Amino acid sequence: MFGLLGLTPGLFALFVVFGFMVGVFFGFFGMGGSFLVTPALLILGYPAPVAIGSSMTFVFGTAVIATLKHHDTGQVDYRLGALMFVGIALGIEGGSRIVFALEMLGVAEAVVGIAYVLVLAAIGLLFTRSALNGDDEGDDEADDGDASDESGGSSGDDDIPAIAQKVQSYNIPPMMTLADGQTASLWTISGVSGGVGLISGFLGVGGGFVRMPAIYYVIGTSLAAAVGTSLFTGLLSGGVGAFTYGRAGVIDLGIVTALLLGSALGARIGSGATAYVNEDDVTIYFGIMLLIASVAVALGEAAAWLSMPALDQFSFVLLVGSALFVCATILYHGALAVRRERGTPPSA
Amino acid sequence: MTGTELLPGASPTVAALAVLGVVVLEAGLLYAGYGVLEDRLGPVIFRRIAGR
Repeated sequence: MFGLLGLTPGLFALFVVFGFMVGVFFGFFGMGGSFLVTPALLILGYPAPVAIGSSMTFVFGTAVIATLKHHDTGQVDYRLGALMFVGIALGIEGGSRIVFALEMLGVAEAVVGIAYVLVLAAIGLLFTRSALNGDDEGDDEADDGDASDESGGSSGDDDIPAIAQKVQSYNIPPMMTLADGQTASLWTISGVSGGVGLISGFLGVGGGFVRMPAIYYVIGTSLAAAVGTSLFTGLLSGGVGAFTYGRAGVIDLGIVTALLLGSALGARIGSGATAYVNEDDVTIYFGIMLLIASVAVALGEAAAWLSMPALDQFSFVLLVGSALFVCATILYHGALAVRRERGTPPSA
Repeated sequence: MTGTELLPGASPTVAALAVLGVVVLEAGLLYAGYGVLEDRLGPVIFRRIAGR
């Protein structure tokens, strides 16, 4: 079997374990695929087109699995996802044109690198701050509340971040009713999709780490619905990306298969954990992980400029180490939540 | 194995579609396979975790 896949047993096992970790992220947060897998494949010595193409195809496959899992729990807003896909596709085109223009000026690499670091840091700060505020405000609720209620798609005003409530207060028609009963202006949805696509095309990444927070914070769905819808949109855009790279013949199906074997299990566990784990317990770690990721990417960029491969490897270890830590935290909090829930006698 | 190796001589579009088809098939099979595993082992694992 290993011969058919073109991998040694050791490499196969490494990909399965790595895929599991990425799958947990994907299932729980609706993001975290390409920015972990592509650097890993590059470090392992795969050529850039193979690394990007295989990573994108793997993200597509994992998105299929995670979307199916979220579909089972009714956490995917297909209409919103399809609508966003159109805006994202247009935005990606715009973003890539900016990159080509910068390339003609000879500053593309530097500008994109700095922008990537800033975007990761900004989103990391946003998550960390939101989780800290959530902890302060939600302590009383957490004491007597049921964690499963919080992520099961409830759509009360308390679940909607203040920034999204502010955006939603501008009721510029035409309005669209979301799957969880909220309404959002089509202008907001188009603006968010175009903006997400622009960032995605500009940075050359899948964009899940921008897409999910944008759906949650700006459009204003529940976190569970934002994750499910982000996954569905990732499935569509990942499919287009995989098709493009597939046409170039650079997708290594052996890598994709091994990664999928692990991620399929991880995505089930990650998706299932959203129904048990209190979001605030893990969101703060995720915010910190993005902050560490921004440092890792900055080190990676510095490594390229200073021609220091050791710095590049250190940045990769930092990235994977922080991801492993957050993955273990999700599993730990999931086990704790299950224990708490199963230990509590059912109420009348 | 790439799409080109999967279907030697096929056009790039057909090879790309074949790769997508294989990935969707794998994803579906893994989803269903792990689903069966979850149904069988899930309750046992939950009981173990709750009992600790």
